[in-house]
Amino acid sequence: MAPDTSLAHLSDVLFTWTVFVYAVAMLGFAVEFAFARIARARGDQPTRSERFGKAAVAVTVAGWGLHVSSVVTRGLAAHRVPWGNMFEFSTMVALVAVTVFLALLLRQPVRFLGAFVLAPVVLYLGLAGTVLYVPVAPLQPVLNSYWIKIHVVAAITASGAFMVSGVITLLYLMKSWLERRSAGVSLGPGTAAAVELRQDASGPRGAARSMVDGLAKWLPASDRLDRLAYQVIGFAFPVWTFAIIAGAIWAKYAWSRYWGWDPKETWSFITWVAYAAYLHARATAGWKGRKAAYLSLVGFGALMVDYYVVNTVITGLHSYAGVN
Amino acid sequence: MTDTIAQTTATETTAAETLSTAPVAPSSAGRRRPLLRAWRQLTSMRTALLLLSLLALAAVPGTLIPQRGLNPVKVAQFYSDHPTLAPVFDKLSLFDVFAAPWFAAIYLLLFVSLIGCLVPRIRLHARALRRTPPAAPRNLLRLSASADWTDPRPAPAVIDSAVAALRSARWRTDVRTEADGAVSVAAEKGYLRETGNLVFHVALLVLLTGIGLGGLFGYKGTVLVPEGGGFANVQSSYDVFSPSRLFHDTKLPPFSFTLDKFTATYQPNGQPKSFGAQVTYRATPDAPARPFDVSPNHPLSIGGSDVYLVGHGYALHLQVRDKAGRLVYDKVTPFLPDDAMFTSHGVVKVPDGLPHQVGLTGFFYPTYGPSPLGAQSTYPAPTDPVLDLAAWQGDLGLSSGRPQSVYTLPVANLKNIGTTQLTPGKTWRLKDGSSVTFVSVQQWATFQVAHDPGTSIVLVAAVFIVAGLLVSLRVRRRRLWVRARPAASSASAGATVVEAGGLARSDADGFTAEFDQLVQRLKD
Repeated sequence: MAPDTSLAHLSDVLFTWTVFVYAVAMLGFAVEFAFARIARARGDQPTRSERFGKAAVAVTVAGWGLHVSSVVTRGLAAHRVPWGNMFEFSTMVALVAVTVFLALLLRQPVRFLGAFVLAPVVLYLGLAGTVLYVPVAPLQPVLNSYWIKIHVVAAITASGAFMVSGVITLLYLMKSWLERRSAGVSLGPGTAAAVELRQDASGPRGAARSMVDGLAKWLPASDRLDRLAYQVIGFAFPVWTFAIIAGAIWAKYAWSRYWGWDPKETWSFITWVAYAAYLHARATAGWKGRKAAYLSLVGFGALMVDYYVVNTVITGLHSYAGVN
Repeated sequence: MTDTIAQTTATETTAAETLSTAPVAPSSAGRRRPLLRAWRQLTSMRTALLLLSLLALAAVPGTLIPQRGLNPVKVAQFYSDHPTLAPVFDKLSLFDVFAAPWFAAIYLLLFVSLIGCLVPRIRLHARALRRTPPAAPRNLLRLSASADWTDPRPAPAVIDSAVAALRSARWRTDVRTEADGAVSVAAEKGYLRETGNLVFHVALLVLLTGIGLGGLFGYKGTVLVPEGGGFANVQSSYDVFSPSRLFHDTKLPPFSFTLDKFTATYQPNGQPKSFGAQVTYRATPDAPARPFDVSPNHPLSIGGSDVYLVGHGYALHLQVRDKAGRLVYDKVTPFLPDDAMFTSHGVVKVPDGLPHQVGLTGFFYPTYGPSPLGAQSTYPAPTDPVLDLAAWQGDLGLSSGRPQSVYTLPVANLKNIGTTQLTPGKTWRLKDGSSVTFVSVQQWATFQVAHDPGTSIVLVAAVFIVAGLLVSLRVRRRRLWVRARPAASSASAGATVVEAGGLARSDADGFTAEFDQLVQRLKD
């Protein structure tokens, strides 16, 4: 069946709006942070900032709705699942990342993540829409299997969640660095006073420093961030494991073997091993905390290589990117 | 791997309050026995972590340097591009990373370390499953989740209802009377976490065993079959056959098939839309013939082996006649594709039947597109098929004993006796009176036949890997104690002072909510 061009166009328009609305929501979260700082400096209740934060959540939900519509119309236009090439794949990963954030928000107070999740999402979608964009087209014959619904959906879900855990891990590292620094400067009690003092420092460096200190106060304690990252990885890791196994079963049908150390397979294996190392490190004295966090970032780095370097630079059996 | 996928959040260290079932840390006894010490070192979590990191790192060159198993042509290219570096790489097995001894060393050490950690842990867990929950620590209110209240009922009634409530929530319970007369319930839940963890790791070992079995007893081979052609599953029928180390060719299932028709459809830009090979097969020579459509993602399974469609191209029906019009060559000749639009090349060798040996080299364009740089096919379907032919005369070298590819003709010692362009149905008459007829365009398909006896083991292991992982990451191990003591003051005679405390190994947030809920039930 030929692609439906008017639907395809509608999907593109919805996509552009999604990016725009997410950017507005991101700004809203940033304003919440700024007002919260001002309120704290004045000793006021942060009611105004909270209003901005809640509005930003509402805008994010609206953006999410547009995002879902864009993906659905793309699938309808192409008469197939909307994750058949790299553009569509990136779009779906971003959608999962936002979904994970909103799902977390339903259960715990994680609004502080808003700007930090939306920033890479907007960047990711921006890149997808410009560099990776391809018009609607049918699937390559080898992708035409129901396994595309199982293997690729699992891979997308895990990747989107890993993206959120990557953001949380970066925040954790920043917060734990700030905690150690302020503990070192103030020598125990009087931490707040020491931070206040540094906030008075003038000049651009002082401003940047006070910004970082403001952020430090804004973020929850590092062990909470650590647990949050673990929670998300604890969800994503089994899904990723399942994605690899489903991929192996599909490979058995499509390429006559379940595992062949194709670059895509190898990098997904490296990603898996790195996150497995993270889970083990978290239970090992001397590796807990920051070292474990670095391992999970290595895992995320391997995941990015798996998608972007393998698809574009290293040729292998998974050359479905559609970009050359 | 000590204490896998778990964390100890409890700051308390008394035996009752630690949830870990992990083996204790190496004692000083190890220091006096170097072998034992080395073993403990190998089975420690730190070593496992190091080996895991090494495994990830070691896999990287396998994706950056061309690999023989994936693309031998690229390895050859690397040799000619880097003549000094390539032999060094080869010595280091960098062209076969995943079969390299150093790669094997890493994963074998990892698995030895895993076994060394699993065995004591399985023993400990089996013991823990049989044991009753540990006695309550002295001060329950010191635990991360705790509560105390006064119950109007007497102590035994409080304890009975607590046990009933905990049992109905599937906690394992044990009632003890303490030295000072207080009665306590110890309860524990979430043993499945460690069970899942152990299942996951044992399944990993089984997976490796399955992979090993496939590597020892499997086989695979590829064969090109033109439309109308057939294949019988004996080793000599294959174009390429790779048996595994312990494979024996008497184990080849005696199936056969013929390729009746190959169909390919394309998008307007030339990208493939669908492929399909209609075959008729017999599972054994006496079995009835059955039709089957082999296509991507749809292999044919016969006798434990699978037949996959892995490639396709054009085969041209060509005839060569001598001066008298007698047929000396009449074959469907496969041409190999050179690009995505199926510009293809092929060769015909006629050693007998003509006064001199004759060879033909040809380029075939399914959709002819002339260009100043030489012709090229512009679409993969045969909408305007054209064959460019060159004829050569002389000694084809077939009797020299040196093996020769059927797709190449070494023309250095041959004389060119003409070139032409043909379309289907046309005949080319050469100067010596012989003729070449381009009868029709047909297609061929390449099939891969593969058998891997380890597959089902690997699949079952994979299922257990995911199940074990889900359980070990979802279930929380937690302990809870309730202590009831008759109230001391005479004002509340008959009433009971109740204390409850609990701890969880991970996800303390979730546990607090569960604890509060349980306490609420106990109070009611």
